[in-house]
Amino acid sequence: MISAITGGYFARRLLTSIIMLVLVMSVVFFADRQIGDPARMVLGTTATEDDVRELRERMGLEDPMWVQYQRFIVGMASGDMGDTFRYGISKPLNHGEIPDSRKTLPIAMDRLPPTLLLGGATILFSVIVALPLGIYAAVRPRTFGDRMVNVLSLAGVSIVEYWFALILILLFAVQLDWLPTSGYGTAAHVVLPALALSLRPIGRITQIARSSMLDELAKPYITAARGRGIPLRKIASVHALKNAAIPIVTTIGDETINVVTGVIIIETVFGWPGIGALTVEALAIRDVPLIEATIFLLVLMVLAINLIVDLIYTVLNPRVRFGA
Amino acid sequence: MTAETDTATEVVEERQARVTSRDLLVALARDPVVLLAVVFLVTLVFAATFAGWITPYDPLTPNIFAGRAPPLSTVSGLGGVEQFHLLGTDALGRDMLTRLLFGARASLAVGFVAVAVSGIAGTTLGLLAGFYGGRVETVIMRAVDAFMAVPSLLIALFVLFLIGGGLINMVLILAFVRWVVYARLARGITLSYRQSSFVEAARSIGASDMRIIFRHILPNMMSPLLVLATLEIALLILAEAGLSFLGFGLQPPEPSWGLMIARGREYLREAWWMITFPGLAIFLTTLSLNLLANWLRTITDPVQRWRWLI
Repeated sequence: MISAITGGYFARRLLTSIIMLVLVMSVVFFADRQIGDPARMVLGTTATEDDVRELRERMGLEDPMWVQYQRFIVGMASGDMGDTFRYGISKPLNHGEIPDSRKTLPIAMDRLPPTLLLGGATILFSVIVALPLGIYAAVRPRTFGDRMVNVLSLAGVSIVEYWFALILILLFAVQLDWLPTSGYGTAAHVVLPALALSLRPIGRITQIARSSMLDELAKPYITAARGRGIPLRKIASVHALKNAAIPIVTTIGDETINVVTGVIIIETVFGWPGIGALTVEALAIRDVPLIEATIFLLVLMVLAINLIVDLIYTVLNPRVRFGA
Repeated sequence: MTAETDTATEVVEERQARVTSRDLLVALARDPVVLLAVVFLVTLVFAATFAGWITPYDPLTPNIFAGRAPPLSTVSGLGGVEQFHLLGTDALGRDMLTRLLFGARASLAVGFVAVAVSGIAGTTLGLLAGFYGGRVETVIMRAVDAFMAVPSLLIALFVLFLIGGGLINMVLILAFVRWVVYARLARGITLSYRQSSFVEAARSIGASDMRIIFRHILPNMMSPLLVLATLEIALLILAEAGLSFLGFGLQPPEPSWGLMIARGREYLREAWWMITFPGLAIFLTTLSLNLLANWLRTITDPVQRWRWLI
């Protein structure tokens, strides 16, 4: 399915993505260095000047900025983004004591599977609900059913995800005791966070599916197909849907990226051990290397999603596939 | 002027009459749901502006005798004065309705001001990129690409972490992350007009570039911009609530809907009203804005609006 022309196109897109990643991480690197002395942040305010100086040496903070930057970029490429400052350290530090450090990237990578699970479940559920709703509304425009779908999809877009999540907890976990309030492990744990996260994608995908199907159903070939006696249900779900797919795929891609952002809050609310909750933790304890690692992975996910959406385009649209 | 041109003008006027504000009101009256949304938004703006006169309570002063009073309850305050709380009180005994009204100020201020700032900046940059092309366009659109590569909320979270929260920072950061959507829209429309005859006509009578951009091209994109801005206000109100909820936005004791939900979360089991009302306030506000944007899109689309205006 993928020709040599699109192969070159992908090589170019991949290169652009890598440049973008390096650019974004460079901004993060230089911005991070403005918020204070990392050695002082590790040791706290009670540490002596000598201790701080010693740790600065060990952390390589006495080197010129460009050496540090070089180390950062090389480290990023080789999968070593430095040690955490204080993540997972519960006891207070004594004078002169230097905390055990751990590599940030493995810590962050450990959090990736739960996030992928939650994000995947959310998008899958959203598409399964939204596509039929959108098509249903498009085949009977301006009827009561269409209006209901429209208002419901707008409501889905307007709701505050984490508030809805808390209401779900209140209802299903606290009052009814059907599902766990938070945590990770069983299938029951996925239900509430995925439900909370999926409202917005459901609303957006339904709207786009409806409007692009409406545009498509107005075209002459649909009239021709109906003239030949093919039932509307079949025309809509087979012929029109295929041609209306591009804006829908774009929206699904956009919403997948929004879910990557959405997990930052929802994981925090549900105590879901994913990359989003880790990002918030890292920011809250001002653990700079861990912040860098989590942002690195989040941006990487977004760029990967964009690449996958591009790949799907080439399959769906022959004009892209043949390098137009 | 001859009789012939007179009739010609008349016919043209009849066909392409501009939509006046009266037409809009008539169309609005025919759509009860949108009308309700507009009434809600107007009431909210009014109530937020005059919050200090509407409610007898202070949004920041705690009342230790009235902590977590349920809705519709009357508690005796300082000096035995009976105080009625329509929507109950929060953990510190502050009136929920009062805090909701003052919280509306923060949400609306963040929404409107950030949209105004990012809209003006983004539209201007998009107009310049589309009109001049070349290096100007390359620089601006590369920046747009870079911003689009990272989710806005993540950028906002990171910048808030660097420079700290608060109302002003919040407005600046949200404007900083959202200008790109206007730049993309404005550039796209400008590109489609750049070669058009009305731009050429303006240039041939000696109009300056700036005049062409702001007096000829800009008015032609006002309706899509208006729709986009309305959607963006809703989005930014949600973003403000989310960032404040995480503790990176507005700081206590500032009344903010997001912060109120965050506090209410601690009392989820004991006091449902503490979390329900702020969430409903955000939901109704953003839903109204989305309904309004949807309606504006239909009404300003020449292909669709005849259904509503005849």
